[in-house]
Amino acid sequence: MTKFIDLTLSGISTGAIYAAVALALVLIWRSTRVVNFAQGAMLMFTTFIASAVINSGGSYVLGFVVALCSGFVLGAIVERVIVRPVESAPPLNAVILTLGLYTLIVAIAGMIWGNTPRSFPAAFSLHGYTVGGTTLLFTPNDTFIVLVVIAVAAALAFLFRATSLGLRMRGAAFAPEVARLLGVRVGRMLTLGWALAAMVGSLAGVLVAPSVFLGPNSFDPILIIGFVAAVLGGLDSPPGAVVGGLVLGLALSYVSGYEGSSLVPLAALVILVVVLMFRPTGLFSATKERRV
Amino acid sequence: MTSRPLVIVRESTLLRSLAIVAVAGVVLIIVTDSLDSYRNLQLAYGGYYFCVLAGLTVLAGSSGQISLGQGAFMAVGAYTFCKLNAAPVAWSVFPSLVGAVVATVLVGIPVGAAASRLRGPYLAGATLAFAVGLPALADKFPAFLGGENGLSVNPPTPPSWLGANFPLERWEAWIACAGALIVVFVLYNLTHSAIGRSWRAVRDDEIAAALAGLRVGRRQTLAFVVSAACAGLGGGLLAAVLQLTSPGAFPLQLSLTLLAGVVIGGLGSLIGAVWGAALLVFLPNWTNDLANSFSLSGNVSHNLPIAIYGVVLIGAMLVWPSGIQGGLRAIGRAVRPAVSGRSGPAASEPPKEQAESTTGEGVKASRP
Repeated sequence: MTKFIDLTLSGISTGAIYAAVALALVLIWRSTRVVNFAQGAMLMFTTFIASAVINSGGSYVLGFVVALCSGFVLGAIVERVIVRPVESAPPLNAVILTLGLYTLIVAIAGMIWGNTPRSFPAAFSLHGYTVGGTTLLFTPNDTFIVLVVIAVAAALAFLFRATSLGLRMRGAAFAPEVARLLGVRVGRMLTLGWALAAMVGSLAGVLVAPSVFLGPNSFDPILIIGFVAAVLGGLDSPPGAVVGGLVLGLALSYVSGYEGSSLVPLAALVILVVVLMFRPTGLFSATKERRV
Repeated sequence: MTSRPLVIVRESTLLRSLAIVAVAGVVLIIVTDSLDSYRNLQLAYGGYYFCVLAGLTVLAGSSGQISLGQGAFMAVGAYTFCKLNAAPVAWSVFPSLVGAVVATVLVGIPVGAAASRLRGPYLAGATLAFAVGLPALADKFPAFLGGENGLSVNPPTPPSWLGANFPLERWEAWIACAGALIVVFVLYNLTHSAIGRSWRAVRDDEIAAALAGLRVGRRQTLAFVVSAACAGLGGGLLAAVLQLTSPGAFPLQLSLTLLAGVVIGGLGSLIGAVWGAALLVFLPNWTNDLANSFSLSGNVSHNLPIAIYGVVLIGAMLVWPSGIQGGLRAIGRAVRPAVSGRSGPAASEPPKEQAESTTGEGVKASRP
């Protein structure tokens, strides 16, 4: 029973991280109809930058802020320079392009920082809370993770629903022609959408790094799982991404606890395939017709 | 005037493909005779890469699907080969390779059936998860699949009629190239048959193809299974040549590298797969030499090939989506009018290179 509670609690904390990755993917999909397969590499890169800042004497907070800012800049550059030309091309081109970007960023990180994984500090203690004499697997750092992700999700919801900037971003994503006629700088909004998404992704990178070690390839499973979470949520819906992330976090925590952590990516694949078999466009999405 | 047998060979896809395979086979036998053992080994690497790339390029170019899971299918083929080739089963090389293909087909059918329901990024993500997830099974069943260390087999022994001193590397090159030629024969005939036409119909417009009576899902599943079988054969050949297979040999990077190989060769082109295979074999050597001559650090030289694959994928999508073979074809088209202007009769010949291609424009141009 204690194990079950432990797994549930740690599932909530990893689920929050998956939710952040899924949010990053969903924000980009909504604005540009591109699944950013480079997301895992981008958040790895910004986490390495944070690690470099912290190792050269900066505080954790400074590293955290630097990671978010570099994520914002990286997202904007990637959209403006690399993704913009293929936004109107067949979807396969964008898939291959972002995979190429993934490969390139992983290689560059390996060139700069080497392929040996290194440790990354956590914001708060990694010793679990003690309740009635038993130590839980849930730590102060997990509380921090969950609270930060909730805060970010709430801030994004506020941005998109209650501000004029959010309205313009939604307009640029859903009806670019009309939005352009109404004076919205559509290109700029798309760049901003990518930048925000990459910032959320880099947040997930900093949060997850203490538990997986930091190396060029160590975030590959996180990307896959984030993608599965986004698909569970329908790829189009930010609340769906958060729910998908939490559900998947719990499910994979049980798989990892009871069956072994090596099966986690495979379990994510099974969940993905089962969901897509019955709802080919995700759990939370509306049915859409395909056109001739 | 062309003589009658030549016309027959040109008209019949089967005879044409047999002629191509026979010529290529003779050329390869002559070439392997003159290469040293290291070059023969490289040729063997190229042979198994070609099998995988050819399957992937037909899948992406003809049927319009994408698979990032070819590395996982290679793993299925390689592990099956090792299981069958080593004791206690101890089959010889060729039956083990057939077994590897059969096992990959059995895995490919459910994966392909699932894939035929998915589109674009969903398909890419699901096959990506397959590539990351499957090799982990080796850790789950360490007793059967050897865990992190993987499985090993004995080197293939050249048959005695080739002579006592027949070099092992040349025999490995022969095995791998024989596999590659079988793949060429099968894929060439498939893409030039009614099945290949139905794949292209499905690729160009699914709904129109369905209205014309094609069962879209089955066609796509078939294309996926064919490409999986090619990858399984490639994986089996890899295990035969390297005498070793382990989960570390099939990382996510491998599947992305294979994608880079077909993109640079040109999606849908079998000749493009040759360019891609050559790139995958030679690029690590070139970058190693480059790194040595500029005395770059180990970190840089290890990651340089990967960086180049990334640049290739990005650059091809932004600048040159048709790849090397597409570029050569465009050059050929630009040169041909000038040539035929001088020599009259050549102008009436049908554009041969286009008929051989399986890409969209080529097919539309040559098959009304």
